[in-house]
Amino acid sequence: MKKEAFKNPWSAIALTLILTVITGVIYPLFVTALAQLLFPHQANGSLIDRNGNPTSDASQAVGSQLIGQWFDHPRYFWPRPSATTVTNSAPAVALPYNAAQSGGSNLSPAGDAWVANVQSAVEALKKNDPDNTKPIPIDLVTASGSGLDPHISVDAARYQIARIAKARGNITAAELEKLIAAHTEERSLGILGERTVNVLQLNLALDKIAPHTP
Amino acid sequence: MTLNGWMQICLFFVVLLLLVKPLGSYMARVFMGKSLFGLNSVLGPVERLTYRVCGIRAEDEMSWKSYAWALVLFSAVGLLLTYGIERTQQWHGRLLNPAGQGNVEPNLAYNTAASFTTNTNWQNYSGETTMSYLTQMAALTFHNFTSAATGIAVAIALIRGLSRRSAASIGNFWTDIVRAALYILMPLSIVLAMLLVSQGVIQNFSPYKTVPLVQATKTTAAVTTQTLPMGPAASQIAIKHLGTNGGGFFNANSAHPFESPTALTDFLELLGETVIAAALCYTFGLMVGDKRQGWALLAAMLIILVVFMSVCYWAESTPNPRLAGMNIDQTTSVTNPGGNMEGKELRIGIAASARFATCTTATSCGAVDSMHDSYMPIGGMVPMLMMQMGECILGGTGTGLYSILVLAIISVFIAGLMVGRTPEYLGKKIEAYEIKMASLLILLMPATVLIFTAVGCVLPQGTSAMGNPGAHGFSEILYAYTSQTNNNGSAFAGLNGNTPFWNITGSFAMLIGRFWFIVPTLALAGALARKKYVPAGAGTLPTHTPLFVGLLIGVILIVALLTFVPALTLGPVIEHLRLFTATI
Repeated sequence: MKKEAFKNPWSAIALTLILTVITGVIYPLFVTALAQLLFPHQANGSLIDRNGNPTSDASQAVGSQLIGQWFDHPRYFWPRPSATTVTNSAPAVALPYNAAQSGGSNLSPAGDAWVANVQSAVEALKKNDPDNTKPIPIDLVTASGSGLDPHISVDAARYQIARIAKARGNITAAELEKLIAAHTEERSLGILGERTVNVLQLNLALDKIAPHTP
Repeated sequence: MTLNGWMQICLFFVVLLLLVKPLGSYMARVFMGKSLFGLNSVLGPVERLTYRVCGIRAEDEMSWKSYAWALVLFSAVGLLLTYGIERTQQWHGRLLNPAGQGNVEPNLAYNTAASFTTNTNWQNYSGETTMSYLTQMAALTFHNFTSAATGIAVAIALIRGLSRRSAASIGNFWTDIVRAALYILMPLSIVLAMLLVSQGVIQNFSPYKTVPLVQATKTTAAVTTQTLPMGPAASQIAIKHLGTNGGGFFNANSAHPFESPTALTDFLELLGETVIAAALCYTFGLMVGDKRQGWALLAAMLIILVVFMSVCYWAESTPNPRLAGMNIDQTTSVTNPGGNMEGKELRIGIAASARFATCTTATSCGAVDSMHDSYMPIGGMVPMLMMQMGECILGGTGTGLYSILVLAIISVFIAGLMVGRTPEYLGKKIEAYEIKMASLLILLMPATVLIFTAVGCVLPQGTSAMGNPGAHGFSEILYAYTSQTNNNGSAFAGLNGNTPFWNITGSFAMLIGRFWFIVPTLALAGALARKKYVPAGAGTLPTHTPLFVGLLIGVILIVALLTFVPALTLGPVIEHLRLFTATI
């Protein structure tokens, strides 16, 4: 027992160091090598260029197809609200879709603060589209968990058609309907998750078929 | 609730059950020293070299006291090393710290080290703004492997205690963790990490990337670019689920599109966090020589899981009465997710989020794919209750099995009291010492949770951290100590936990929850191993029957509800009643 008490500390220290090397260095490096070899586009952040095509060149990229961006001009499809703030700002300053500091609102859906947030999202939609009396899809007025949700629902995209057609003037509602249909992604394996529309890719396609003057 | 939602839930249980037998028998082979389909020839030399350098004699057996001593020592060294790595980040260099993260503050560094050592992965920091790549790998990924391997080792030690007869030892801690890490966690992690990368989880060492925004954003000044965080994420995320650690690479955890880009990755991560715990039941059955014993434990776990998952799904699908009259469409259809979408990702949706929330708290994983703080009151109570059952519904890798074995021992004891016979479990007489240890285990957790919650609710340092007022704020505090004491790590994240008060009380809760459970469990293993085998007689309660499964479920629920209903009434129950009945 006495001998064991002296031997054990060395075993604990040495094993910690060896396992640090195996699990903390070799393992992540091995996975990185494999990932860069087999799936370089995905492993490097799924960047896309202005045409919505995958690119490996960060200087050509306008974003990642996985990370949402904020749009609030009437001519674009709007994403879901986002609760992210300016990085390390105290007190927090709102900056929607700040990918450098992900997070949700963490507000209780039974609380007044949350209802006020929904109310202001509703008002922003109404202000830019006063004639629209359709019910607003829930995802368009609630913030996602990451604050970076790249998707909206099909209903949320359709809800915005009239506003975009009016703001652009060079595209019809029917054409927008078609564009949404072309960008609708089915559930994973046909069963998992929800049907989605990627807002960044949709807006890039929109800028391509109905260019606007800045 | 939709047919598709129920199908997503069913699919999970079907795939999980299909994996139980193959993985369970593989793990039994690992710990019974059998051949491992060629893996021995690849990793065997690494294993033997490790033993030689560390002065470990693989054939040595340990008493429960030596086993516990080795375990505590190993954890302490890991904790100190992690603290050291976090406190020296500014010298990690450009390659391993391209974002130039500074040294982590002392009390936050201590909290994080305790959190990862105890398999909790409570995070009072956001990964993308605090941790260097070196810290994420060498400190945090390391703990994801070793704390999970430690959990498996303790479970295997307890199984040995039950299956050995008149024995003085319960195995060798060093070989148990090395084998668990090398032969179980490592291969599974590599496979899962590659599946995740194929779907879009990042894995690189690039500095953070800056892209021009398609449309500028207005805040105090115009923002024209977006910074995309980078890093070796997939390798850490794979083991964070398989090891039921749950600590995210990014702040938003598995809600972040770089951590879980599709509904398929959500499903795979969910499988990852449940599969080892479920399969260990089968391993247990094999090692004690009666597979039915393992299936009985798994049945009790899955019945409770499916019931509570359904409750959570129902709560999250319910339209919110606060939105009535605002012309908002909350009904679910193929083109609208419906339900409570606050804090949830669209690609994942309501059903899969409820499924994940229930499993991540039933297991001690604590990764989140949606923000539990923004769940409906009853939807948020389900994750809390899953933890308050003592992380025995699947539970953590290893920890779940030993937790439910303790409850099985309590169950046979209660049944024994009813008929006035000495209780037995698997041919071992359950006597005063075993019941003392088991009682200690089931009393310690609620006592720790409730006392810390009471303190947190009274002191201004506790209440000032609340992110929501009233009953929900109380829920945040209750959730925090429930999660930390049970080594879960998920949070009602509105709570601002990065203050000295929360960092320090939280790390105490986590350390108590880990080591004050492991040591009595090992004592129990030692006591059981010493006992002789008693053949089953006419008065023995069979422990593989539906009757026993029912009894076990009853004991689990009664113990959890008796201790926690008063506290839950003050939090989620009141909030629910006010939301649905009162006119506010």
